[in-house]
Amino acid sequence: MARISRRTILKSTGGMAAILATGRAPAFAQEATVHWLRWNDFIPASDEVLRKQIIPECKKAIGVTLNIETINGNDIQARTTSAIQSGSGPDVICGLNNWPRLYAESIVDVSDLAEEIGKAQGGYYEESRAVANDGKKWVSLPWCILGALIAYRKSWLAEVGYPDGKFPQTWEEYREAGKKLKAAGHPVGQTLGHTFGDAPTFSYPYLWSWGGKEVEADGNTVVLDTKAAVDSVKFMTSFWKEAHDEGGLAWDDTSNNRAFLSGTISSTLNGASIYLLTKQKPDTYQTEKGTPMKDDIAHAPLPKGAAGQFGYHLPMSNMLMGYSKNQKAAKDFLRWISSKDVYQTWFNSQQGYSVGATKVWESDPLWQKDPVMAPFRVAAAAGRFPGYAGPADRKAAEVLSKYIITDMYAKAVQGMPAEEAVKWAHEEVKKVHA
Amino acid sequence: MAVSYAVAPRAYAGAPARGPITRLLEDERWLAVALLLPTVVLLGLFIAYPFVEGVVLSVTDAKVGIPGHFIGLDNFEKLWSDSIFRVAVRNTFVYTIVTTIFKLALGLWLAMLLNRHFKGKALTRAFILLPFIIPTVLSTFAWKWMFDPTFSVINWTLYRLSVIHGRINWLGDPDLAMISVIIVNVWRGVPFYAISLLAGLQTINPELQEAAAIDGARPWQRFWHVTWPLLLPVTMVVVLFSVIQTFADFQLVYVLTGGGPANATQLFATYAYQIGVGTGLLSEGAAISLAMFPVLLIVVIIQLLYIRRVETH
Repeated sequence: MARISRRTILKSTGGMAAILATGRAPAFAQEATVHWLRWNDFIPASDEVLRKQIIPECKKAIGVTLNIETINGNDIQARTTSAIQSGSGPDVICGLNNWPRLYAESIVDVSDLAEEIGKAQGGYYEESRAVANDGKKWVSLPWCILGALIAYRKSWLAEVGYPDGKFPQTWEEYREAGKKLKAAGHPVGQTLGHTFGDAPTFSYPYLWSWGGKEVEADGNTVVLDTKAAVDSVKFMTSFWKEAHDEGGLAWDDTSNNRAFLSGTISSTLNGASIYLLTKQKPDTYQTEKGTPMKDDIAHAPLPKGAAGQFGYHLPMSNMLMGYSKNQKAAKDFLRWISSKDVYQTWFNSQQGYSVGATKVWESDPLWQKDPVMAPFRVAAAAGRFPGYAGPADRKAAEVLSKYIITDMYAKAVQGMPAEEAVKWAHEEVKKVHA
Repeated sequence: MAVSYAVAPRAYAGAPARGPITRLLEDERWLAVALLLPTVVLLGLFIAYPFVEGVVLSVTDAKVGIPGHFIGLDNFEKLWSDSIFRVAVRNTFVYTIVTTIFKLALGLWLAMLLNRHFKGKALTRAFILLPFIIPTVLSTFAWKWMFDPTFSVINWTLYRLSVIHGRINWLGDPDLAMISVIIVNVWRGVPFYAISLLAGLQTINPELQEAAAIDGARPWQRFWHVTWPLLLPVTMVVVLFSVIQTFADFQLVYVLTGGGPANATQLFATYAYQIGVGTGLLSEGAAISLAMFPVLLIVVIIQLLYIRRVETH
């Protein structure tokens, strides 16, 4: 029988005690693992690329085992909140909008990384900077921007005076065209409901295009109650009744996709997911004439108003969480996946659904492949973020998450006088900024 | 001289020796403590601790990741002047009162029907429970489809039957949206009432009904003077549970309308989530949640007092 010496016992128990005391396995047993939380992509092929290509390549290139978790976009904030409050959870969270500004105290400064990538890739779009940089440092690493443009049926627009893929250039033109489209049985489709994507990406740029805004550049002086805002609400009220599918008050982010794909509406503000789906399934999605719907779709930016033409495209960025015990591995991973060659794989899989966070992607050959997707190439350049003209801070997020701007239009559409609706919204924004 | 032959009891030779814990538990006071302890720990961990945390949060300016400082009742003061909060309060009361009335009436009616003897009784009872068994989020998604402004099967049916000629904007019209969430809540809640009240009905001795019938009581009189008084304690408990659950309802409205359109269906819980999680203002979210507490406390006290009165009578 083998003898166990006193020395052997001391060695093994001493080692175990050390592991228990430090809470860390010895170096040779450790493996760098990074847990990355993301939303379920509207382009499922991209999630496939991440799982089948990026995970093994990550292990090979930088020795990091990548664990990707995808959940519903609406649930990411709840997960982030509980992770921060409990001090444990994913190492990197890919957040939407200006969430990094909400969690700035709980995430790691990634200025060095962001500056390095921005410099190498032609600089960031203003929207990416607004949500990921608090004016002093980069609180998260911009990942992409989801372009939001109007998808429309070319043949139906041609019937109301916009042949050859043309689209109304001003709100007045859009209303006139919309009237005819609604009379023909296929109105304009737009949500004014409580849904995080399509409702604010319409209501904010619409307000800006009329010259309205929430606050001055100081971020505190509320200036919503102006003639420009009242005019925009008055116009919206008649535009809604005359040209829109009035069910839009209850739509969520998927309702307009379904309405468009079923041939119920003629145009809607959306990401490129409608078109990309018709392209993927040409036999399923067809026009009333039996031709593939993909050949009858084009994209255009929101029309111009008195103050210009704007867009609000959803920015996404990766937050390196402060509680993470794998900070170095997570940073190495972010540097690696944001590098041009690796990002290219994912970017290609998006087929234009999202544009890069940096301007270098505007010149990517991908945009030459499909002319229908071409308008998305520079969409992000005209982007602003809620809170304009102030910073995209916590207060901007509160106004956004309370749907105050969207509800200003929704209330008027439901019958509240325009002046009253603007006054209500002004007071609510003031309370947030008090 | 009386001689006492009292002999000291001797332990039965075959009995195992009793340890100190066994001896301690033979004292009923300690046994009661031991039996209650697991429940107290569970309630403390999962009810009392989060509640106290909520109270503490509501009097600070804590945000996600920032512990915050004591600010007294500032959060509640802010709520007082918040028009969306006032709408949420009104909505929650309307939602709770209307759904409770309908759930009670329909549940009682269903329980009375199920209490009769008929073929396939067991199967029917099992099916009745379905809305209550299916996860709320899942069934609410189905309802969302049925109320969909474009694809509503309800609209389609009514249109085909020539009952309507246009489209009913179920979730887009403020009043209809509230009616829609109320319908779904009633649909989901009726089985709970029906099965609980059915259990109550089955405890009522049938001889009482027979005696009343022999005395010439008509069906309605038998219900009102015999069944209802005996069913009242069970009904009160069922209503109590239901009111608490409905008042704090979240998932149904969150899935169906997200509180829209323009806050027409915003409730306490959905608004608390919007502020606490959506904006990261944990303390204000906690204050909104806590604003429910006094109302629920009053409801619970009134109902428990009433139940006690009924039972003593």
